[in-house]
Amino acid sequence: MAPEAGDPVEVAVVGWAHTPFVRHTERSETELLMEAITAALAPLGLSRADVDFTCLGSCDYITGQAFSFVSNLDAIGAWPPKRDSHVEMDGAWALYEAWLRLKEGDIEIAVVTGSGRSSTGDPTLIYPMEMDPYFLAPLGVDPLTFAALQARAVIAAGIADERSMAEVAVRSRGRGDVDELLAEDYLRQPLRRHDVPPITDGAAAMVLATGERARRLVDRPAFVAGIDHRTECHNPGFRRLDDSPSTRLAAAAAGLGDRPVELAELQAAFTHEELLLRHVLGLGDEVAVNPSGGALRANPIMATGLCRIGAAADHVAGGGTRALAHATSGPCLQQNLVCILEHRP
Amino acid sequence: MTGRRCAVVGVGQTHHKSRRLDVSFGGLVREAVFRALDDAGMTMADIEAVVLGKAPDLFEGVMKPELYLSDALGAVGKPMFRVHTAGSVGGTTAIVAASHVQAGKHRTVLAVAFEKQSEGNAQFALGSGRGASLGAGGAFAPFIRAYIHRSGAPEHIGWKVAVKDRRNALKNPYAHLRIEDISIEKVRESPMMWEPIRFLESCPSSDGAAAIVLTDEEGGRAAAADGRPPAWVLGTSSRSEPPSFPGRDPVRPAAAVQCAADVYAQAGITDPRRQVDTAELYVPFSWYEPIWLEAYGLADEGAGWRLVDDGTTELDGALPINPSGGVLSTNPIGASGLLRFAEAANQVRGAAGEHQVDGAKVAVGMAYGANNQYFSTWVVASSPEPWG
Repeated sequence: MAPEAGDPVEVAVVGWAHTPFVRHTERSETELLMEAITAALAPLGLSRADVDFTCLGSCDYITGQAFSFVSNLDAIGAWPPKRDSHVEMDGAWALYEAWLRLKEGDIEIAVVTGSGRSSTGDPTLIYPMEMDPYFLAPLGVDPLTFAALQARAVIAAGIADERSMAEVAVRSRGRGDVDELLAEDYLRQPLRRHDVPPITDGAAAMVLATGERARRLVDRPAFVAGIDHRTECHNPGFRRLDDSPSTRLAAAAAGLGDRPVELAELQAAFTHEELLLRHVLGLGDEVAVNPSGGALRANPIMATGLCRIGAAADHVAGGGTRALAHATSGPCLQQNLVCILEHRP
Repeated sequence: MTGRRCAVVGVGQTHHKSRRLDVSFGGLVREAVFRALDDAGMTMADIEAVVLGKAPDLFEGVMKPELYLSDALGAVGKPMFRVHTAGSVGGTTAIVAASHVQAGKHRTVLAVAFEKQSEGNAQFALGSGRGASLGAGGAFAPFIRAYIHRSGAPEHIGWKVAVKDRRNALKNPYAHLRIEDISIEKVRESPMMWEPIRFLESCPSSDGAAAIVLTDEEGGRAAAADGRPPAWVLGTSSRSEPPSFPGRDPVRPAAAVQCAADVYAQAGITDPRRQVDTAELYVPFSWYEPIWLEAYGLADEGAGWRLVDDGTTELDGALPINPSGGVLSTNPIGASGLLRFAEAANQVRGAAGEHQVDGAKVAVGMAYGANNQYFSTWVVASSPEPWG
């Protein structure tokens, strides 16, 4: 496929890397990023000095410290000083900012990261703090409960059932028996342990490059055909939980309807989320969903979405034609990002 | 500048106070947003994407507040983006919003920044509740002492900046501090906080928000044709440098010098002292005015304090600095940078009211964060091609 008309600056993923995903590490976020950034740049023959722009994605509340991203400047090697930014969002949104910056046309190479050590905190205490501070946070509803509410709505709508959810878990983790899993007790009805993500520490780094530079760096850059993100009403009680209109809007704006994708990497931390997202995106059985295992296999918060884009880029780099990646934030899939990557000769 | 042209067509801010107990977080940001939309002659329906900036979520105890504020900001069904680059974040918010337009992704974008510091304890949060939480003044005082030692500036320079900015604030109806009887004597006799920074040489802690509407060249020209002058973005730049290592100079940070050089090059500025008409610099403690004048090439190295001493930076001087009253008069931390950028825009739009600098055509807005490490800057002008 030829570059889109009206796409004067093409942007592509040319490489990425991540640390081992573990239940807990004593290494600092800065150390994790140091390793991931070096591992992403080295195979390209690039050093930190070649990077024109950096954008980091992380969250103070996950790290447990205000200004936690400041020390991560050591990992990007900001000397001489760098064009640099930070988003209090998943690294997928850091990629979005870098994509915009590269589109301005004056620079060629960007590094984006996502990092988090969620093992150091208690999700049931942390996540209520991202809710409306007046009406929702005081209820102390944890993420598992919100997910269970959405799972019930998705089941009631006929989009999923407990068996299909267990099948997602078995396929994602590559282990387990559906009947045995369904015999287990509920954590929050209808969610069982296999329906929920692991707690994971880790970091990921990705290298983006503009058109010709990307083609010189690697054989098959994964060009960003489109990227878009949308948000919804915050209060899960005020919106339909068996739908995800923001995902649909973002996918349309990213160009999902232009040409079919062979693969989709969805940031579905809970099994029913994958089934809902497949439904909303209209992905048929011919589309491979989350062959990486997705967030159910490793869920390094603030990097999980960026890893979906990385896995989609791997598909294109490995000979695929077109792949979709999705990232999400907020309770019950409040905010969603869709990035479509493609091969361009 | 880089990419497509971009213009500011709407500016709004809240009235800033120590405690805005009359509004929620949502109410606070909407106060600024509606002023900006009214100024732009727009409604929320005209906005394609929203960029929100604020300093650490630990200040208020609300994690990722862009989620809860999506409704209040009219962002449902739109892109809602969240930036956090320490104290420079308000400036970065404007830069990222401008990037949406410069990249050609969106036509009209809303940039919003806020802090509601009364909801928490900023001093506690600055240190993450650890150790002594020495706060910003304690962190910056050594840099200021080094500047004084290096430049040989007399101690009254800090007092003069403090008086000037508070007098300017009396002309700004939105400013937080309104110290009618401010004087050199009053500053000099105020308590010593962090040697050599006295109480009245320090910024307040404010509740407040700022918002601006950015649009593309067509939108900017339409506003101008409609008798609502836009501020054209001539250049934007961000630079960061690491926390600490031998060779880093926090008094004249390389990141600041490079950020200024980058933005001036984009804007076609070769002689900033002569070509820049006014600047809103992020000055949370009085001595930062001469420090940034030098790093930003608005004064020769070692001579920034002389521009303070001879009145050059007064509102009626040759290079007025912080005509709005600056961070020294109003400091909702996450919004303070966007206020600098917004006030610079209003100056070149001729919309600054009583604190308008006569004939201002080219202005600089600047913010910094962390230990003099994060820098965000833009140059705005009354014309997209001010040099002919």
